[in-house]
Formats: sequence, structure tokens, C-alpha cells
Amino acid sequence: MSSPASTPSRRRGKRGRGSNPPTPQDARSPPSQKRRTDDSTSTGDLQPMPTSPPADVQSPGAADALFSSPPQFRHSTIPLDFDISSPLTYGTPSSRVEGTPRSGVRGTPVRQRPDLGSVRKARQVDLQSDGLAEDIVATEQSLGQRLVIWGTDVNVASCKEKFQRFLQRFIDPLDKEDEDIGLDLNEPRYMQRLQEINMVGEPFLNVNCDHLRSFDENLYRQLICYPQEVIPTFDMAANEIFFDRYPDSILEHQIQVRPYNALKTRNMRNLNPEDIDQLITISGMVIRSSQLIPEMQEAFFRCQVCAFTTRVEIDRGRIAEPSVCKNCNTTHSMALIHNRSMFSDKQMIKLQESPEDMPAGQTPHTVALFAHNDLVDKVQPGDRVNVTGIYRAVPIRVNPRVSSVNSVYKTHIDVIHYRKTDSKRLHCVDEETEQKRFTEERVEMLKELSKKADIYERLALALAPSIYEHEDIKKGILLQLFGGSRKDFTHTGRGNFRAEINILLCGDPGTSKSQLLQYVYNLVPRGQYTSGKGSSAVGLTAYVMKDPETRQLVLQTGALVLSDNGICCIDEFDKMNESTRSVLHEVMEQQTLSIAKAGIICQLNARTSILAAANPIESQWNPKKTTIENIQLPHTLLSRFDLIFLMLDPRDEAYDRRLARHLVSLYYQSEEKMEEEYMDMAVLRDYIAYARSYVNPRLGEEASQALIEAYVDMRKIGSGKGMVSAYPRQLESLIRLAEAHAKVRFSEKVETIDVEEAKRLHREALKQSATDPRTGIVDISILTTGMSATARKRKEELAQALRKLIQAKGKTPSLKYQQLLDDLRAQSDTAITKEMFEEALRALADEDFLTVTGKTVRLL
Amino acid sequence: MPCVGDWLNSPLSIVQGIFAQNVPNSDWEKKVTEYFKEKLKENNATNWVPSLNDVPVHYLKPNSLVKFRCMVQDMFDPEFYMGVYETVDPNTNARVLHFGKYRDVAECGPQQEIDLNSSQTVTSERQTFYCVPVPGESAWVKEISFLAEPAYISASQARVSPSTSYTPSRHKRSYEEDEDMDLHPSKQKEQHMGKGCCSGGDIHGCVEPKRLETEASAGHHVISPNCSPPLDLNFPLPGEKGPACLVKVYENWESFKVNDVLEVFGVLSVDPVLSIVNSEERDSSTLDPMECMDTAEEQRVHSPPASLVPRIHVILAQKLQHINPLLPACLSEEESKTCEFVSNFMSELSPVRAELLGFLTHALLGDSLAAEYLILHLISTVYARRDVLPLGKFTVNLSGCPRNGAFTEHLYRLIQQLVPASYHLRMSIESMNHSRFIPHKDYTANRLVSGLLQLASNTSLVIDETQLEQGQLDTAGVHNVTALGNLITWQKVDYDFNYHRMEFPCNINVLITSEGRSLLPSDCQVHLQPQIIPPNMEEYMSSLLTAVLPSVLNKFRIYLSLLRLLDYSISDEVTKAVEEDFVEMRKNNPESVTADDLHKMLLVARFLSLSAGQTTLSRERWLRAKQLEALRKARLQQQQSVNGNEL
Repeated sequence: MSSPASTPSRRRGKRGRGSNPPTPQDARSPPSQKRRTDDSTSTGDLQPMPTSPPADVQSPGAADALFSSPPQFRHSTIPLDFDISSPLTYGTPSSRVEGTPRSGVRGTPVRQRPDLGSVRKARQVDLQSDGLAEDIVATEQSLGQRLVIWGTDVNVASCKEKFQRFLQRFIDPLDKEDEDIGLDLNEPRYMQRLQEINMVGEPFLNVNCDHLRSFDENLYRQLICYPQEVIPTFDMAANEIFFDRYPDSILEHQIQVRPYNALKTRNMRNLNPEDIDQLITISGMVIRSSQLIPEMQEAFFRCQVCAFTTRVEIDRGRIAEPSVCKNCNTTHSMALIHNRSMFSDKQMIKLQESPEDMPAGQTPHTVALFAHNDLVDKVQPGDRVNVTGIYRAVPIRVNPRVSSVNSVYKTHIDVIHYRKTDSKRLHCVDEETEQKRFTEERVEMLKELSKKADIYERLALALAPSIYEHEDIKKGILLQLFGGSRKDFTHTGRGNFRAEINILLCGDPGTSKSQLLQYVYNLVPRGQYTSGKGSSAVGLTAYVMKDPETRQLVLQTGALVLSDNGICCIDEFDKMNESTRSVLHEVMEQQTLSIAKAGIICQLNARTSILAAANPIESQWNPKKTTIENIQLPHTLLSRFDLIFLMLDPRDEAYDRRLARHLVSLYYQSEEKMEEEYMDMAVLRDYIAYARSYVNPRLGEEASQALIEAYVDMRKIGSGKGMVSAYPRQLESLIRLAEAHAKVRFSEKVETIDVEEAKRLHREALKQSATDPRTGIVDISILTTGMSATARKRKEELAQALRKLIQAKGKTPSLKYQQLLDDLRAQSDTAITKEMFEEALRALADEDFLTVTGKTVRLL
Repeated sequence: MPCVGDWLNSPLSIVQGIFAQNVPNSDWEKKVTEYFKEKLKENNATNWVPSLNDVPVHYLKPNSLVKFRCMVQDMFDPEFYMGVYETVDPNTNARVLHFGKYRDVAECGPQQEIDLNSSQTVTSERQTFYCVPVPGESAWVKEISFLAEPAYISASQARVSPSTSYTPSRHKRSYEEDEDMDLHPSKQKEQHMGKGCCSGGDIHGCVEPKRLETEASAGHHVISPNCSPPLDLNFPLPGEKGPACLVKVYENWESFKVNDVLEVFGVLSVDPVLSIVNSEERDSSTLDPMECMDTAEEQRVHSPPASLVPRIHVILAQKLQHINPLLPACLSEEESKTCEFVSNFMSELSPVRAELLGFLTHALLGDSLAAEYLILHLISTVYARRDVLPLGKFTVNLSGCPRNGAFTEHLYRLIQQLVPASYHLRMSIESMNHSRFIPHKDYTANRLVSGLLQLASNTSLVIDETQLEQGQLDTAGVHNVTALGNLITWQKVDYDFNYHRMEFPCNINVLITSEGRSLLPSDCQVHLQPQIIPPNMEEYMSSLLTAVLPSVLNKFRIYLSLLRLLDYSISDEVTKAVEEDFVEMRKNNPESVTADDLHKMLLVARFLSLSAGQTTLSRERWLRAKQLEALRKARLQQQQSVNGNEL
């Protein structure tokens, strides 16, 4: 079988196909040829161009007189009518003429599948009598089992039977997919799907290849290797079952099976010549889609002399115009009649590698896709899709004028199935990250890691190793990366509970805050990095602009929306202007973003953690002032941060020494050594991704108790001194932190140790940020009300003293402002600033005790 | 004069030979690369290979071995081609196997036809890189690498017997070139620069090499009138000239990255058939929906005329650590030759350093401290990245430069004489608003459109802020300034891919000249204190340059390139001392010495040690580094007090 050109090109199942002139077998072989181990010659048949339009069904009026052979379709088991069950004849008009009493398969028109190319050219080969490939119409039952489609090891009958068994029996109660709404997982999944088709009327059956693989490894392999032959067989099998069950069902056309999730290839970069003509699944981003292209499937010619008509199928993109009329033998009399030719829809799409799959420092690869019929216009540029299809290499066309040919093949993918990755995200809230796939070894390795007792410390250490110490801050950020568990209280009217942890870093300039932010931004897959200085409210939220192509108003999302399910790093938080900051209020608690612009009113999800860095208002941190005073941020915003850390430059000799050693080592250690010491960034990334998508800890009984105690304790601290030191918000923070810590351990249950760590971290952060510089006491009200309790107390005292002073002056209707201040100063033993005095006046004015007009104070 | 073997002129016949010997098994490919590796290892053999950098395409023989020093500007999609194919003679039915590797078109004899159905056909994969000459390559690099070719010398000897038959062999070319240069020595440089552009005109390429040959010798800049709108060759820097090339890589293409500098040895393919095949396809594409995969633009970019953008089928490729032709290409320690070179140079290092310091001091108007810092800056390189932090970058902001542009302009010219690649960015409102800094992806043409910041490693970027006037930056301008800031702080450029951005790490030495403190971030600011104000800047600077002997200038060049590549370490002892020092400094004045300052001091110490040829830090150097830093800071403070509002 080494020279295919010499092999006779007889096809089986010629009934009803007599009208078509035999296609010449001079096909040039696609390049995959050498890879086909079973047979080295046959692929010449696998034309990339579809050539099988059953025109007669769609236009019965034009039915050819030649299609007169009566339907011999016996609805019986396979071996008896092997002919019919073969994909070779399947779909030819003769087997299903309109009006056959039994509707079923025959009543529903077959829709050709340009995505598969021409199937009918496939020949079957008897393995026993190699070389005698011609006319195996001798369909003896005994031979039937040994018949395979030429060039493959696919036996149509057994393949079909296996697939039917798969459809009827496949149950996987554990597997849950987002599309499975309303499916009973304990019933055969695909039978329910067929039922759905019957009800909805969409004649496409999507089959997850993973299911097929777990059911029948061999069938899966055949599907991957010979999709062109196997998928029609699947179509046939599915249709038989379907019309057996729902004989009266009316579909637009026969069911087409669309396999997806073939594990063959995940990444565009891995495509190589061996994948040609195989079923592959790759992911990527659509960057361009063409106009709809009507592609001629069958040309209709009429003789201008005798009006004899004939049809010519497309063959490798060309129509061979008949030069002689068969009827009257006139030469060059045949003219193409456009209106009666057949066209199918086609679209060219460019797919680009998704950014995550790309190795650093290289540019993305692209691949061309061809979508046919229904799949045209299903995706838009910018969509992230998983595409399942057949990888093709277009045979080289010989240029008649030049003897040499271009030796490069053009490649593309014939799309069979699209799966949008981002539309899925809208459907399900639970799926946090893209279903990032981990190999089993990786998962094993990660689990092994999680069992280490010091995993928490280890991970914290691995985080930004170039930044020295600040361990608690790193731990806080680590917990932020993991996040809490998402809780849904919608039914009780509280909506979603925030699971994201927000962190604010403030401190002296030059304490590598920006570096930490940059690190986090680089670590997480969906991170955004903005600077408060340069960003406006619209840059953070969303803005409306006119699309240059469609001239329609479109919503462009900003950093906060883009970092949904990720982390938004905002540097120079303090430099942000007021209006921008106000946007954050909603985002940081409700995790949504409301937009009302240019007639677009909507609410977008912004489930993002915020990691912000702020510099003190004076260039150096003033330890004599509170956090609020130092960074001048509204307390309403500050209270939304779970943890506020101060990154101060410690003035301590031992610290300096360690820092110096750390830095020096940074400047001469070789890169390998650095990597040994710390955990790889990739491992860390995977660890976090795994924990985020697979671990969902719940509070345990003990942990709940511990949390309650912790909260009560926190409240108690302040109550003695007449101040509040904890609010429910703090309790929520504690819960989130505890959950995140449990996630670090890959634990499904939050335990006491988690609560302990959450408490410790929370306390540490508070100690730094909420200590009243005057009293040295941790006071949460600094953050919640913007003023420490003692400061408030002092204010009240001053107001009272002023009132007393005024009252002591007796019944004077008005007082001089300056005079009053001097009197008060004289009376008080502490220094009183003008601001304090004015505040006191205002407080009294609020009490309707006096009014201030200009430089005089009037009593009421 | 070593014999120029077949392997130079017709490498494909060598490949054919190896192929024919080993045909049934596939290890012929390995043998081919081994053969050429051996050949090129021979004495100076690499110099015998004509370089596409120096020789215009139409002077090179098609299908001969060429080399090309280039930067990977873009990577195209991998392509599948016929690695092995079979031809059949329809008359005799004789079958012959051919190889498709290192070729654009599958060739066959007049009596043969390609059997596309043959079972012997092997499909293989190769990757195409779009390469441009190293952006900002200094003129002296081009000159020296050209003169270094012994072929050049031999050709001048061959002048005695000018042949009459004008075959497009490279010997002939050299002769032409040579004569040209003898006649107009002043033109020499200009011609080097201009060489590439003339190829832009001759669209017909080698269809008629002979005619073109004469045409070209008559005048290098003949532009044929029927030339289609010029193809943008996508050079990162404006005004660049030179051949862009489609480099086809057959192995290990994963190891190359965008912006890598490569030297490739390969088969030059300017086959006119290629253009015909392509244009055929283009013509028919309107008829055939199957072929309309690519837009016209994409076609234009991905298969430009071979005469304009020649193809090189790579046999051997290596990444270059540097492009300085005065240094051995590969500075690995195994080779005794390079060891010798390095140790020889090291022995005379200190006088060279002193001379260079003197030279730069003069150039900086007598400011020796600034000159010291400039040396440190010029040998700095990002030697490692710790998570996101690039280590070893040393951006210097030279403030206090005279406001008139002359000084910075001439300073740049001097730097250009010293470093192999550089670019002078004159910052002005207009240039910031209207230039393209960040490369972006053009999806219609499916290529990465280059920008100013797509530079090879160790390129010197001199930013001149003195000419910045008041004005308003628009969106593009703000983006550009941000990109510059990112480049300086993180040594990375975010390329714009429309739907997303992608980070490309880079290693670019940035020197900012400004009047006051620069608006861009920098690692250290040195305030210039001119000792002399020359009345005529131009005269002063050019006399400075002419005063330096070419041999000394070359030593400077070697000095700067070589020291950058040295390793460096700090002993435990010195680490201790540094620790002590730091603690001590903090004790005295915790406000003024921060971790950042220590970073800076360590950097200065590193480059100071390296500049003296020492690969470990010594106590003296550390003290010297401290001293330098103190001097620099004192100067800044002084400046601050003079000019109150400035820092």
C-alpha cells in the first residue's frame, strides 16, 4: 500500500451516489502521514474540504432521478445491514427519502459537517485481505468485525456499539459541571442530555471526552486519533438511540455529536506535527474574527445548449467545471447557476495563546480556526475560549508554472466545540479561580507540603524573600492571598459576606512597601497594580467609551473590576483624591461596584482584596500622632481594612545588623543559592491557587467558642475605661483571618490554632496602628471613629470647662472671642490650642448653648 | 589565507552530501550541525563568513553561508514544512529523496515532480524569528567588526587581478567596497550606515542579479520606481537602517527570547521563487476562501519580498553576551584563549582606568566625582533578580547640567564612542507625546510593532531632560513617562497586547541628564560641578575625542564591556565589617542612613571593586565607596541649601 495513487478508489456504499463523478484519487497527503502508524497511505483521503452535501434532502424538488433505488434501510441490528451503519453511506440521500412511513432517522434531514471534512471518501479495509481493498461490499457478518476504515483501526460497527453503550450507561455521580443544572447525577448523563435535546430542539450533543476516557479508554483513543472517522460514527449512534426513543421528535437536522475537553493538548505551544488530523483542545483568546464567508459546497451547472444540469462537489477548495456536456456533448457549454449552488457558512478566527500559558520573554503564538455553520459568530474578539477541533495542515497546492513548491504547510483548526471560559465565570460564584489544572504529582507535592508543621512560617518566608523581616506583615499578606471562605446570606437578606481580606500598609517612605505590592501583583494571576497618584475614579471602576469599530457605547472596566477574584494593589493610597476614594467604600464592604453612566446602570462584581500602601502626610511617620492623623485618611475607609500594618524603620542595633547581613548577601549570592533557600515562586503560586479553589474551611465548634471568647475579651479591654475596643467588624475580620489560616493548612475545618493565630495577628496589627500615642493603650476607636477615646474625653472636658467659665462670668449676652480663649488658657493647666478651643465652642454651639459670629460669642 | 571551502559558498551541497550518506536514519540533521560546528571552530573561521550586517544582501550569493548579528524583535508562529520529500521522474519513475531543511521551497529538477503522497515525507517544525540589527549599535562596532574580517583584507589583496566577469560572489563585492572606500574615505562610515537601505529599493531582488549588480555599483541608492509603499521594517529606534531578516530556527527555539541578541550562522535564502510562490498565493487568495486565513497586511508582514527581508536558515545560533567586537565573542572560562585575553587585559587595567577617568573628567568639565560615578554607571548591569527586585541596576541622574543642549549632546557622543549600543532620548513635551515607547501588538498584521524601549540588554539609554519645556502631557505622554519610570525602577517594560499587557524584563543602563532633580526616578543623583566652562563646547569636546588615540579608545571599550561580565563576591570578613559600619552609622544618625542608603553603598562598592578589576570586596574599597557616597551627598545638600526648593 505504498503508492496510494495506484490503489483503486472504489468506495463502498455506492447506492444513490451514482450521479457524482468519482473523485479522482490524486489527493495530496496532509503532513501527518508519517505519524500514522497503522497505515502509511490512506490519509490521502482525508480531504480538508467537505464534499458531502446531500442536496436532495434539502431541495427535494431537485431530486435526481438517479436516486431511485428504494431505501433498503432495515431498522435492525448492525451486522445485518452493515452497509447502512457505516459512516460511508450514512447521510446519503438514498437511505432517507422523504415520506418514509417511519419518520425517525429518515425524516430528519442530515446536516453535513464541514468541520469534519469529507467522510465519504473514507474506505474500509479488510484487515485480513490487505490490498484487496476494493469493494468489500461483501458484507458478511463474519467479516464485519474485521472491517476497519482505511487508514485507521476503527471498526465502525463496534465503535458505534461502544458509543451507544457509553451513552446509555455512563454515570458519574461525583463529577459536577456547571452545565449540569437539573441533571440527575445518578442517571445516565447523556440519556438525559438526549431528552433535553428532544425538549429544547437543539440538535447538538456535547460529550465530555474525559467521561469517554474513563468509560472506554480505547474508544477515547480512537476518537482522538481518528476524529474524522469516529465522530460521524458517534453521530450515527446518537441519532439511532435518539430516534428510537423519541421517534416523533422533530429536529432541524440530525443530532451532531460535539466532543470537548480532549486532553490531547492544552497549550498552543505544544502543538506539533504529530497532532495533525487529531482531535485537540486548546485554550486561548480570540483576537480577530473574519466576516462570514459563504463557501460553495456544491456547484450547479446547466448546459446552455440542452439545459442538462449537473452538480459538482467541491474538491479541495476547487470546483472542476465540466468541460463537456454529458447529454449533448457540446464542449464548454456548462454555466454555473449561483442560485442553485449550495453554500455553507464559514468564518476564520485567530486565536492567541492565553497570557498565562506563555513562557516569559516570548511573544504569544496564534493559530487560525475555521468555524462552520452554527459556530459562526459564536465568539467575539477578546473572548477566552477552550476550543476543541481537528488540527489540519492544508496540503500544498502545486503551482503549475513553477516546478518547486513552497514547502511550508498552512495549519488551522476546524472547530467542533467552543467553550467560553469567562462566560462560565459569570454563572457560578463558587468557582474562584479558573479551573487551573494540577497534575497529580503536583497535588501530591502540595499536600505533602501542607502537612509540614511550619508550613505557615515557611510560606510567609517564601513571600518576597528580598524584603527583610516584617514577618507579621508577610503573614498578613499571605492570609490575604488565601482569603476567607465565601459565605452566602442572601436568603437572610444580608447578601454575601466578604471573604476577601483588605490590608493597608503605612509607614516611612523607603521601607519597601511598593516592592511588596509589586511582588504580590506579580504573584497572583489576577492582580492589578495602580498608583493612587495617577488613578482616577473612572480608572478604578469603569468608564464608558465609544467603540471605534462598532461606534457603540461600551463599558470599559477599571482596575477594581479587573481584579475581581484577585488582588488590587494600590500604591500611594493617601495621594488618591476624595472622589476616587469614595468608590472604595462600596467595593471594600459590599464587594460590588455600582455604575450609572451614559445610560448604563449596572452593578458589577468586584470581589477583590485590596492591598494598599500609604505614606504619612509628613514625609516621616510621626510617632506622636495616631494613624489617622499621620496618613489623613477618613476613618470610614480605614475601618474597612482588616489589618493595618505600620512599616516603620526600627531603630535597633540588632535589627540593623541583621538587615545589613541580609542586604550584603543579596549583593553577591548567586541565583542558585537564593533559590535553594526559599520556596520557588511557582510552588507558592500553585499552593495558593490550589488552596483557593479546593479548600473551603468551615468553622468548627471549638473555633467558634474561641472566636466568641476572643471577641468578648476584646470588648472587655475597653469597657473598663469607658471605651469600645471592638466592633462586629473586627469579629468578622477575625473569622476571615482564621479561615484563611485554615486554608494555609489545607484544612476543611477552622480550629483553635487558626483562631489563635488570627487573634495574634490582629492584635499585632492593632498594636501598631491603633495605639493611642498619648496613653499608649490600644484603642480601636482611633480607627473606627478617627479619634481615640481619651481624645474624645478630653474634648468633652474642655467643652465643659468652657461652659463653666462662661457661666461663671454671669449674665453677659456676648463675649469677645480672644478674651474667652485667654481666660480659658489662664484657667487650664494644660496647653490649649486655638483648634481645641474652637472645637469646644462648636461642641457648645451644638448644644444650643451659644453661637459664634465673627469675633464675638453670644449666649442663647 | 585559508581555503574558502565549499561549506561557505554552497553549504546546501554539504548538507546534501551528509543527507545522502545517512538517509534512512534521521541523525543526518545532527551530523550537519556537528560538521558546521567543527568548521567554524577552525582558526578564525567565523571571520570568513560574510556578515549580513556589513554586506548588502544583493552582494551576497544566494544559498551561501552568512552570519548575522541581530536582536530578536518578534517571534512568528511555528511553521510545519516538509523535512524530507521525494521527487519522482514521470518518465523513468525514478525516485529521489530530498531534504527540505534549510530551504524555503522544495526544489526539484527539471524532469522531476514532487510526490506529495510519498510515504517517505517527513513533516518537521521550525520557528521564524523576525530579527533586526541590534538597535542603537554604535558606528565603531560596525566598523571594527567589518574590518576584523580577514576576508576584507584578502579582498584588497585580490585587487591586483580584477576579474572581468561579474559574478555576484562576495570577493568581488569586497573589492568594490574596498575601492570605494579608498576613494572616499570620509564616506566610509556613511556607507556602512546606508548599506541596508538600498536593498529597500530593489524589489526584484535576485531575479536578475547581474543587472542589479551593475545598477548597485553605479549608485547604491537607486530606488526602483515600481516599488510598492515601503514596508515598515519595524526597527525599535527611529532612523535605524540595516537589513531586517526572517531567521528560521530549527532547534532549541524555546531557549531564545524576544530582545535576545543572537549571532546566527545560516544559509541565506533570497530565492526569487519564494516571492513568486507567495505572490501567487496572494493573487489566488481572493478567489479561494480557503486561503484567506491571513489578511493582506499579515501576508505582507509575514512573507515580505525576499530581497527586502532575506531569510536565514539557521545552522548554528548562539546568544551573545555582548556585541563588542574587540572582545572574544564567548567569555567562558574553559577556553584558554579567552583566559589569556582577560588576564592580559587585567594586568594593564589600572592605567586604563586612570586614563578613562581622566578622559571622562574632562568630558564632564573637570568634575572627577561625576566621572567616577559615570564609570560605575557604565559598567553596571542587572546581574540577578530577586523576586521582582532587579539587582545591579545603577541609574545615575546627572543634575546641574548646563541648560543649553550642547553639553548633553556632546556627552552623548562621547558615550556613544565608548559603549557598543546606545540611544539618546531627548525629552520634550512633543517627543513624549508623539513617540511610541512601548511596543504593541498589531493584530491585523499579527506582529509586535516595536517601540523605543524595545532595546537589547546593556544598551545605554541617555535621557536628556534639559530641553524639557513647560507644557501638557497627553495620555500617550503620561503612559510614556510611566513606562520610563517602570523601566528605571523595575527594569521591565510592559508590552501592550491590547487585551492584556505582558511584562518583558530588560537590562538597560539609564543615564539622565537634567538641570534640577529629574522627574524620573533614579538610583543616585550626582550634581555636576563644572570646573571649567569652555567657551566653545563643540570645539572642546571634539578636541577631547581627537586627543585620544584609537588604541586607547579601544582599551576603554574593552574595559567597559569586560568588567561588566565579571563575577563578584563578598567575603564573610568584609560582610562583618559592613555590618559593623552600618550599625555604627545608624547609631550616630538613624534618620539619614536607611536600608536604601545601604543598598546604594553596596552597589557603589560592587562597581567600584569591579572597576578596579577586583572580584571581591575589600575593606579599602568599602571605605572608598562610603567616601564617594558622602561626597555626593554633601554636594547635594550644598546644592539644596543654595537652591532652597530643590532636592
